[in-house]
Amino acid sequence: MKKSRTFNRKALLIASGLSAIMVASVFYGSRKLQNFDAALITYLFGTVFAFFGIVYRYSVWLQRPPTWLYFKRSMQFLFKGKVFSHFWFLSKETVNNIALQRFIYPRSQYRWVAHFCIALGCMSAFAITFPLTFGWIHFTLAPGSISVYEAHFFGFKVFDFELGSLIAFLTFHALNWSSWLVIIGSVYYLRRRLTNPGLIATQTFEGDLLPLILLIAISVTGLFLTYSYQFMKGFAFDFMAVLHAVTVIMFLIWIPFGKFFHIIQRPAQIAAHIYKREGVQRGMAVCEHTGAEFTTQLHVDDLKELTRELGFDFDREDGTSHLDLSPEGKRSRLAQAHLKARQEGGNLFG
Amino acid sequence: MNYTNFNRHEEFFVDMQRCIGCKACEMACAECETNGQETMIHVNYVDRATTVQTTVQVCMHCEDPVCANVCPADAISQDEFGIVHTANTERCIGCSNCVMACPFGVPKKEESFDLMMKCTMCYDRTSVGKKPMCATVCPSGALFYGTKEEIEEMRPNSTAVNSFIFGKEVVNTKVNIMMPKGSKELRIF
Repeated sequence: MKKSRTFNRKALLIASGLSAIMVASVFYGSRKLQNFDAALITYLFGTVFAFFGIVYRYSVWLQRPPTWLYFKRSMQFLFKGKVFSHFWFLSKETVNNIALQRFIYPRSQYRWVAHFCIALGCMSAFAITFPLTFGWIHFTLAPGSISVYEAHFFGFKVFDFELGSLIAFLTFHALNWSSWLVIIGSVYYLRRRLTNPGLIATQTFEGDLLPLILLIAISVTGLFLTYSYQFMKGFAFDFMAVLHAVTVIMFLIWIPFGKFFHIIQRPAQIAAHIYKREGVQRGMAVCEHTGAEFTTQLHVDDLKELTRELGFDFDREDGTSHLDLSPEGKRSRLAQAHLKARQEGGNLFG
Repeated sequence: MNYTNFNRHEEFFVDMQRCIGCKACEMACAECETNGQETMIHVNYVDRATTVQTTVQVCMHCEDPVCANVCPADAISQDEFGIVHTANTERCIGCSNCVMACPFGVPKKEESFDLMMKCTMCYDRTSVGKKPMCATVCPSGALFYGTKEEIEEMRPNSTAVNSFIFGKEVVNTKVNIMMPKGSKELRIF
């Protein structure tokens, strides 16, 4: 396989540009740093680096011919008319594939529950911590009161609640609920990875086990902070606060390089579904060997071009292609060629 | 992939003319731990209307795998032993590019999983020096896993070939096919 170069000028420009916009939005979103919490500065640096890395890798990834094909096609189909129908399909797909990860359920119910716990825990934690780090959300006491708390978003008041109320309890401990969800899911997957022989044979420590250990480390150190000041009179709070920051920043700067990048890649699945849906409407390809439909004609035509672009040539002299055959047709043609060679050799076996 | 004991001297040898369509390999394949109880090997009639010929197909583990090249999600990888691994579950987006582009018709799309799966030459077994499931149960010698010396002794009138010609494209593979003695390649068209 050809290894793509790691330095990519286009990706560098896109990533630098978007990172600059992000830093500007932190500056203005926090009302010129008025609402910025300086205690979170290390998290901010980690996040900016992660953002740069994610955009860089995504840009490099999009430039690969097969990825670009799906990106280009899905954009064409989305914006070429029937906007409402496409929007409805896109919303449904986003709920099913991104929010609920329904495709994991048929693989195993337990795996789905565990993955859903991790995903919900991580997504809720992102939704809370990123705006907090950027200074987009902050809390103040309501003017003239010592028991009403106000939440502000981009400097605008969004809602308020009584201290000591149920809402206050749920809000202040939101990250703890996320942590418990992540721990439950990660422990299940860690157990599976340590006991399933198929996974043991193919997994790597840094690729598959470390991400789970890191998720558990982030959650446990995070939970410890709350339990330290609530039940242990602040025991080891400072040490844990630093350890928590270290694990979180490791997680952030690792997103572009390791397993967590799948969070960013997953929406491409929706592009593949849009591509298939549009292709079916345009017509199916029929295998010349089996006489049965096997995929969309759009797919076959695009793959012929794609394989050519990648340096493969499966064209036949009559202008057709080996790719006009279904997988079963290809296997049969191979067997027929083999039979012919054996017959010409004068012996069917040997 | 950390602790492997892959036997580099043993290879896979396929002779589809010996396939009797018994599907023992299909049953055995589902025992492979790397596929999670799904069978990945293909056994099919070649042209049922005119012949009872059947064929068997494992992944040929190409040197430059088309499947991995056309994958938009970087989900298919090749390891240092030349094994082309099944789709990485967290990356695969179920687009079927690999299924339709593989010249041997090997990868399978599991629709309900929205995931491509394929033969990994029983990596859970071969990585610890065992033979793939299918090769251990094949009763007719269509699938054989062992050393070059062993197959040469068993099939003195055949030559193992791992080069396939598709028009102008030459595909070299890790898996061998048994051909008449002296053959250099198999030309499909």
